[in-house]
Amino acid sequence: MNPAITAATEITRTGSGEQVVFWILAPIAVLAAFGMVLARNAVHGALLLIADLFCLAIFYMLQSAPFLGFVQIIVYAGAIMVLFLFVLMLVGVDSSDSLVETLRGQRPAAIVLGTGFAGLIALPIIHVISGTQAAGLSAANNGGNVQAIAKLLFTTYVFPFEIVSALLIIAAIGAMVLGHQERTGPKVTQREMLKRRFASSGPLTPRPGPGVRARADAVDTPALLPDGRPALTSIAPEYGGQSEEEPAVPVNGTNGAGETPGPDDPEGGAPAGDSAPVGAGSGGSR
Amino acid sequence: MNPSNYLVLAAILFSIGAVGVLVRRNAIVVFMCVELMLNAANLTLVTFSRIQGTLDGQVIAFFVMVVAAAEVVVGLAIILTIFRTRRSASVDDVNLLKY
Repeated sequence: MNPAITAATEITRTGSGEQVVFWILAPIAVLAAFGMVLARNAVHGALLLIADLFCLAIFYMLQSAPFLGFVQIIVYAGAIMVLFLFVLMLVGVDSSDSLVETLRGQRPAAIVLGTGFAGLIALPIIHVISGTQAAGLSAANNGGNVQAIAKLLFTTYVFPFEIVSALLIIAAIGAMVLGHQERTGPKVTQREMLKRRFASSGPLTPRPGPGVRARADAVDTPALLPDGRPALTSIAPEYGGQSEEEPAVPVNGTNGAGETPGPDDPEGGAPAGDSAPVGAGSGGSR
Repeated sequence: MNPSNYLVLAAILFSIGAVGVLVRRNAIVVFMCVELMLNAANLTLVTFSRIQGTLDGQVIAFFVMVVAAAEVVVGLAIILTIFRTRRSASVDDVNLLKY
């Protein structure tokens, strides 16, 4: 055989290494796509979509499009999916699918239609295009893929490029307009907040955090009030504290240490009961 | 192996995404399925670019990515706005224009 033709077929045929990578990643991509559609939890779906996008990025790199592969990873897997997860967390992960069918029989019909659509596209591809040989991009990528794409982008496609840049700006402004909330009431100034605080019966100063004036600086050690009582509003309710709305009265057994200061004995019980077990548990590890 | 394998894979991914759009009710999941369909189309573009031996397909795939980014930004803003007013991210609950 003519060596030139042999070299040409070498170029046009996909190599065996590519074949291995394809047959490893293609099932992963299909399974991840199925998992995304079937996942109950939307966050799991987003993670599976990220796996899918990574598979596609590797496919791009295999097909001599390294620039698109990296853009896929940076823009899609990096930026867009982070945006998705951000909105997912804002909206609430538990906002799962309703099982009420608005249109009866929509799901089976959709599955049948999807299968038929896949067959309708894939079978002609297998029968018609599978005989053709790829021309290969080694000639077009001669000076480097990025340089070649840049050349095309800034000569032939410069007008669409400018339009797309305008589109991006419009999309950013549109997102800001959609996300903007009009202020319904007058703006509360710091002076009014101050007046409101002094008019109310609550404390005037900021509340102490956990561990203030106590013997151990841990999240489960309540701060001590000036009279020596533990300020139970300074620690989280998970550690036996009280929420902000409740009055700051010491409640029995809130330290989890078994030592309960009596309400009439603010001086003796609380600090001593605090320091021994809490210091041993959290502060004493050093 | 032949580049048409990529085309078949892209067709399968596109169909899975289309079924997901039709089946799921959560607006964000529907949006992710749309992203999957766009990516399948991108894979087709890149594969045809390789079959043809020119880079135009890759440039168009690049444009598709940019438009997809703009679409995601506006779409997620719309989903958030709807969620703010209706307290729901389900596409079935947005039916004020139906009757």
